Amino acid sequence: MELLEVKNLSKHYKNFDLKDISFTLPKGYIMGYVGANGSGKTTTLNLITGILKGNEGEVSIDGLSCEKDARGYKEKIGYVGDDCYFPAHFKIKHIRAVLKDFYPTFSTDQFNSFIRNWKLPENKLIKDFSRGMKVMLMFASVFARDTKLLVLDEATNGLDPVMRTEIMKLLQEYVMDGERSVIFSTHILSDLEQIADYIYFIHGGKTVLYDAKDELIDNFLLVKGETAKIPSALKKELIGLDEKAYGFEAILPSDKAELLGGEFLFEKPTIDQIVIHYITSQMPK
Amino acid sequence: MKIIISNQSELPIYAQIREQLKEQILNGQITEGSTLPSIRQLAKEVGVSVITTTRAYSELEAEGFIATMQGKGSVVLPTDNSLLREQALLRIEEGLSTAIETAKTMGMSVEELRDIFDNLLET
Repeated sequence: MELLEVKNLSKHYKNFDLKDISFTLPKGYIMGYVGANGSGKTTTLNLITGILKGNEGEVSIDGLSCEKDARGYKEKIGYVGDDCYFPAHFKIKHIRAVLKDFYPTFSTDQFNSFIRNWKLPENKLIKDFSRGMKVMLMFASVFARDTKLLVLDEATNGLDPVMRTEIMKLLQEYVMDGERSVIFSTHILSDLEQIADYIYFIHGGKTVLYDAKDELIDNFLLVKGETAKIPSALKKELIGLDEKAYGFEAILPSDKAELLGGEFLFEKPTIDQIVIHYITSQMPK
Repeated sequence: MKIIISNQSELPIYAQIREQLKEQILNGQITEGSTLPSIRQLAKEVGVSVITTTRAYSELEAEGFIATMQGKGSVVLPTDNSLLREQALLRIEEGLSTAIETAKTMGMSVEELRDIFDNLLET
């Protein structure tokens, strides 16, 4: 069963085009939406949450589109962004009151237990919160509601490793019942990479790779060796060849592994390495 | 039951889970007839994706180590002792091949290598 369906989504700007983004995210799974700065990650996520309207294409969550029922649609979504969206002169009690008014499914008890567990200060103004505290407050407000889809836009930036681990656990608990899903954008993969089921990789507004994460890692090899020894048949297939003084590094599709012979070192890549080599392969020489 | 994931391992994560479960089933640490945690439970506990644990379980199922039944979860099937032996043999061969390879690159003679082997056997 699909929770999130994105079909041929496009958005045109003067200097940037998001082109023909299509994917589905089944219930109970986590997708990492990755790409460099300015590749269109935030635009896509804003189109999903309904903050932006696309020029072409459709988005539906649990079978519901934003056009049909904007309120019902938005209640299904929990959003945490890079910037804190709470007013700077508010305290936690003000936020609690607003959320309670605004969202029928908001649970004050749940919210309070997050605030307590994460030791967020009740009596400070939001503007005096640290970056990490602001992020955790946004997560508390989202986890205290009954939602179907979490949309996280660079949400864990600025969190220390302990907090990142905490969020990772909460995300896995969120999808545990097999009914709810998460899509997160990031350029720091490392820890989140482990829990992502699917990876969607865009560059310059266009889809580069989209697959189950395990497939993606299986489909590529990270190759290293002496630059001078690369035969031309192999060179054609290497992606993002990075030639350094004492050796090279590149990505190779696994089905081209027979071109390697015994000359080169190869290992399984991380998603980060696949992304970096793809991006360098797109850059003008 | 224990599962320890290494990020340095050459094996993909699903294969690490598969191999570790297999080993514990074969050496009896996970007993026949016991129920494994659900795919989602395991993913959460180990901190890996659901697709990863799904793949580990479906490969264990294909190899005849577990059976997944609707509503009952994944149950450990009785194991064949010859499998255990086969696995051990494979590991012994792997270890010895590494030793032989290393000896070859050093230009060591067969006799010298045998001496080392005999000496180690006696200790």
